[in-house]
Amino acid sequence: MSAESPEPKEQAVAASDDTTAASTEPASSGGDRWREAYFRIISGGWAVSLGAVILAVLAGSLMIMVTDQGVQAALPYFFARPGDTFAAIGSAVGGAYAALFRGAVWDFRADDFAGAIRPFTQSLTMATPLIAAGLGVALGFRAGLFNIGGKGQMLVAAAAGGWVGFGVSMPFPLHMIVAIVAGVAAGAVWAGIAGVLKAFTGAHEVITTIMLNYVAFYLVSYMLATPGLLQAPGSSNPKTPPMQDTAVMPDLLGPRYNLHWGFVFALIAVAFVWWLLNRSKVGFEYRAVGENPDAARVAGINVPRTTVSVMLVAGGLVGLAGVTQVLGTVTTGFSYDIDAGIGFDAITVALLGGSQPIGVLFAAILFGAFKAGGSVMQAAENVPIEIVTVVQALIVLFIAAPPLVRAVFRLPQPGARWTRSSRKEVAA
Amino acid sequence: MTATTNAPAAPVEVRHVTVVSRKAPIALASFTALFALLIALAPREGSTNFRLASDGDFVTLPALVVPGTATAWVCVVVAAVLTAVAFAYVRAQRKVPLWVSAVFAFALLFGFLAWAGAGSARDFPVSTLIFNTVLLAVPLVFGSLGGVIGERAGVVNIAIEGQLLAGAFTAAIASSLTDSAWAGLFAAMVAGVTVAAVLGVFAITYKVDQIIVGVVLNVLVIGLTSFFYSEVLVPSAERLNSTTRFGPTPIPVLSGIPIIGPALFNQTVVVYIMYLAVPAVWFALFRTRWGLRLRAVGEHPQAADTVGIKVERMRYAGVLVAGAVVGIGGAFYTIVSVSSFNKEMTAGAGFIALAAVIFGKWHPVRAALAGLLFGGASALRNALDIVGAPVPSQFMLMLPYVVTILAVAGFVGQSRAPAADGQPYIKE
Repeated sequence: MSAESPEPKEQAVAASDDTTAASTEPASSGGDRWREAYFRIISGGWAVSLGAVILAVLAGSLMIMVTDQGVQAALPYFFARPGDTFAAIGSAVGGAYAALFRGAVWDFRADDFAGAIRPFTQSLTMATPLIAAGLGVALGFRAGLFNIGGKGQMLVAAAAGGWVGFGVSMPFPLHMIVAIVAGVAAGAVWAGIAGVLKAFTGAHEVITTIMLNYVAFYLVSYMLATPGLLQAPGSSNPKTPPMQDTAVMPDLLGPRYNLHWGFVFALIAVAFVWWLLNRSKVGFEYRAVGENPDAARVAGINVPRTTVSVMLVAGGLVGLAGVTQVLGTVTTGFSYDIDAGIGFDAITVALLGGSQPIGVLFAAILFGAFKAGGSVMQAAENVPIEIVTVVQALIVLFIAAPPLVRAVFRLPQPGARWTRSSRKEVAA
Repeated sequence: MTATTNAPAAPVEVRHVTVVSRKAPIALASFTALFALLIALAPREGSTNFRLASDGDFVTLPALVVPGTATAWVCVVVAAVLTAVAFAYVRAQRKVPLWVSAVFAFALLFGFLAWAGAGSARDFPVSTLIFNTVLLAVPLVFGSLGGVIGERAGVVNIAIEGQLLAGAFTAAIASSLTDSAWAGLFAAMVAGVTVAAVLGVFAITYKVDQIIVGVVLNVLVIGLTSFFYSEVLVPSAERLNSTTRFGPTPIPVLSGIPIIGPALFNQTVVVYIMYLAVPAVWFALFRTRWGLRLRAVGEHPQAADTVGIKVERMRYAGVLVAGAVVGIGGAFYTIVSVSSFNKEMTAGAGFIALAAVIFGKWHPVRAALAGLLFGGASALRNALDIVGAPVPSQFMLMLPYVVTILAVAGFVGQSRAPAADGQPYIKE
């Protein structure tokens, strides 16, 4: 690295003053319009996102490669017949990603269009709770609160919504709506506890939401094991009876697909959060408290009240995720694993989505596609579904670190502030 | 400094304003009232046997037999007196001393055990309770010590969970391959440092939001370990996943002390390392030049930089040392607790450790005590299973988390993180 770096004197100048470095950078100062346009494209945000996805997929391929038995069988005679090794790598990696694609987007083995599109609707079904829960976590982030309590909020919401769903009799649309409201309210109350404690005693929300996860888990476990609360009558399993038909969210595209109205509710939630954050006074207060609580207080914003209100809305959104699970995806009764790790996945979704409602929507769909495709990949190619987790994590990690991706792909920094010498300075 | 020396001789009146919170006595009062309510509503017949000795002890103490409900009421009275003392302290504008809270907690715990064990045919194993408390606290204490070191250096470590899991995974492989528990311990430290290095590169060098990196690293490590567990460890479990564990090593004289001897000094080497690590970390942070510098870059990196401390190098040092410490805690799972690795076997311990860091107000000794408290909660659960818990087991399991929430709300309150915690340092 030191051999490549410029003279020490120039390096010192570049390090001490970024604008100097920018003005000495020759790439952007060219008069050629095409070069400038090209430069703008490769220094833009989407180039970094694409680079992040490429890096993550490459890392995933490497993992498939080193653990594939065909590759391991061909590797010992690599120097005699290298073609065998490459063919084995190709079939292992290619097969896995083809299966992922087939399970997440487009089933090219299906006979007709309706069958081919089914995986995509499956991805949207998987994305539905991630959208709602991701919005809840993202809203917390915008207000400076770290809500790790998605698991607990989903569990109590599923319990409340599920109880209304199977235990009460009402006509169709009303029953579903009442069940949704009950679940959303339960999620809101559960997160609201953490909000109230934070606002009035200063208890850190990271501790209280983690602890409330466990409390909710044991509370729901108790209710599932107690006849008359959530346990199905005549059964000793910790499982609820199936939901009544009047409470189930109808299929969105007919009985052939699993996609249900919960997806529409999630989209409505996206619009609501977008409006809340960007167009409402309350949302402005949320963001102000998130940016600087002291300044917000001086400006006349009631910070404790805002904290409580953020947690209530965030918990309600996560609660919606719990309700869509029990009334839409798993309507045959549920147990204490109904949250399926979504409460924690939601954190990654919110981070990938940059805590923006639209970003959360697309991040959740991407993760939903990975989830749907991952199970097909596991079944068809015997690749453990955890590889999807690794690829997801790497994507978020690389997207969070644009300088790293730019360095790997030699992409220029926007404004061309990124020079080799300044990077060396940062590393030192 | 110069302003003080040049100031006129007029003495500056320093006004001492102490703000004493009423939260502690109120919390004590509510704990007392809740406990009194419990034993009033559910009085239990019979007496409780506290077994103080285990078989083969050097000194055999007789079992302590107390009448259950009466003892519980005596403890309520003691708790009420201590609550009154706490109110008196607050009225006198003084802080409630630690001994009041400590004696209070002991009285309530003893009363609760007397109430819970009343009428049970079996003895309540006091020594086993202490033994398990210390044992189960090992990963939490190491995790929280690592968390404290990292955050004192200004790097939030959400990735404790990932470091524990990586430590457990590599310890399993290394110990299985070499038939040496020490090799496993060393490998776990290396794994912890590796995860910490990734955290450092992203959080310190690339200045990525530390919470994002931490959350993503957890997901990444869960994905990687689960993937390689299914693909590599399961097929050759004999060779790679059956570890050599540390056996108990009694310390000659100390293990002969009644009650606490066998509980504290007949443990494995890893527990003794924990006994040494807590004061060692305290000494390193608060009594050495290195610790002063470390805390300086966590509190005010600009000032530290001005006096010539290399901020980024110091932060790397803190994060890497913390990684090694957490790694030891991870080794607990596969070379002390059980002899094979399993998917996600840390089960959220890293988040409990994170809670312990905040609960312990970023102080190594207090954080370790908080870790011990959580360990004690788990041990209590096992002990109550032996005597037969009077309330549904789920509520017993829930209790430690509820107590934590109340304690954080009541006693800890607004906890202050190191000032530059979580903020990347950008050199000007």
